[in-house]
Amino acid sequence: MKSLDELRELREEVEKDLKMRRETNKTKIIIGMGTCGIAAGAREILKAVMEEIDKRDLDVEVTQTGCIGMCEKEPLMDVQLPGKDRITYGNLTKDDVKRIIVNHVINGNVVDELVIARLEE
Amino acid sequence: MKELALHILDIAENSINADADKLYIEINEEIKQNKFEIIIEDNGKGIKKELLENITDPFITSRTTRPVGLGLSLFKAAAERCDGCFRIKSNKNGTLVRAVFEHDHIDRAPLGNISQTIVSILLWESNVDLTYNHTYDNQQFVFDTKEIKSELGDVKITDNKILNWLKEYIDENVSQIRGGEFN
Repeated sequence: MKSLDELRELREEVEKDLKMRRETNKTKIIIGMGTCGIAAGAREILKAVMEEIDKRDLDVEVTQTGCIGMCEKEPLMDVQLPGKDRITYGNLTKDDVKRIIVNHVINGNVVDELVIARLEE
Repeated sequence: MKELALHILDIAENSINADADKLYIEINEEIKQNKFEIIIEDNGKGIKKELLENITDPFITSRTTRPVGLGLSLFKAAAERCDGCFRIKSNKNGTLVRAVFEHDHIDRAPLGNISQTIVSILLWESNVDLTYNHTYDNQQFVFDTKEIKSELGDVKITDNKILNWLKEYIDENVSQIRGGEFN
């Protein structure tokens, strides 16, 4: 059974990590979490993103947003690399998340066939 | 919604949008009474009186981008489908939503992944003080982010490692009070 003592140990570990990380200019990942997004599986998309970040030890900022009016294309996820266009991906599955993390977030290559919108920086 | 935990996430989003900094989520499962009760209470700015009367009508919403809002309507429909009931109270000091389901009703969705719901809320708005109080007959689990935050000091609760730990911590405890039941 996990206890809060364990959390204290984890805190020390995270504090060490944080010293090596930068505060600004991070890659941003934004997930649509309106009613439409949640009903379409957005929470599982967020879960997949968190798992990938953990597995690959990525330093990215994850945020959520409400309904943006593209309900029929939910679940939606935006990726914005520092200084680059904000790319919106739609109709996502958990496997798509892995592809986007590897190709776009890590290697900087947009996964064109999943893109549904592009917002210029 | 496929899980009650998804409704909870959806309603909690309303609370955050209403600028709440306190969020109280209570689940009471009383097997003998065949009751599954969910309470979500916040200290947000509340719902205007004229809106409140019709708030569970899908065509009533405080959203300004579009005049349709489904969250509360869906939650109410889910409870009523399970021979339960749904109440909402609101004033300028906050909102309370209460839904009751028949525990063994064939249409009652499973609780689902409540730990992922909680960490999703924390990741959305880390400033909110969230209390989760779950009872299953005479077993109880209380999770309070105030306590967690004081353990963490300067480390943010939204750190991915911390969130993953919290998820497992909540899973273990919820599963234990429910006697390993995943429904």
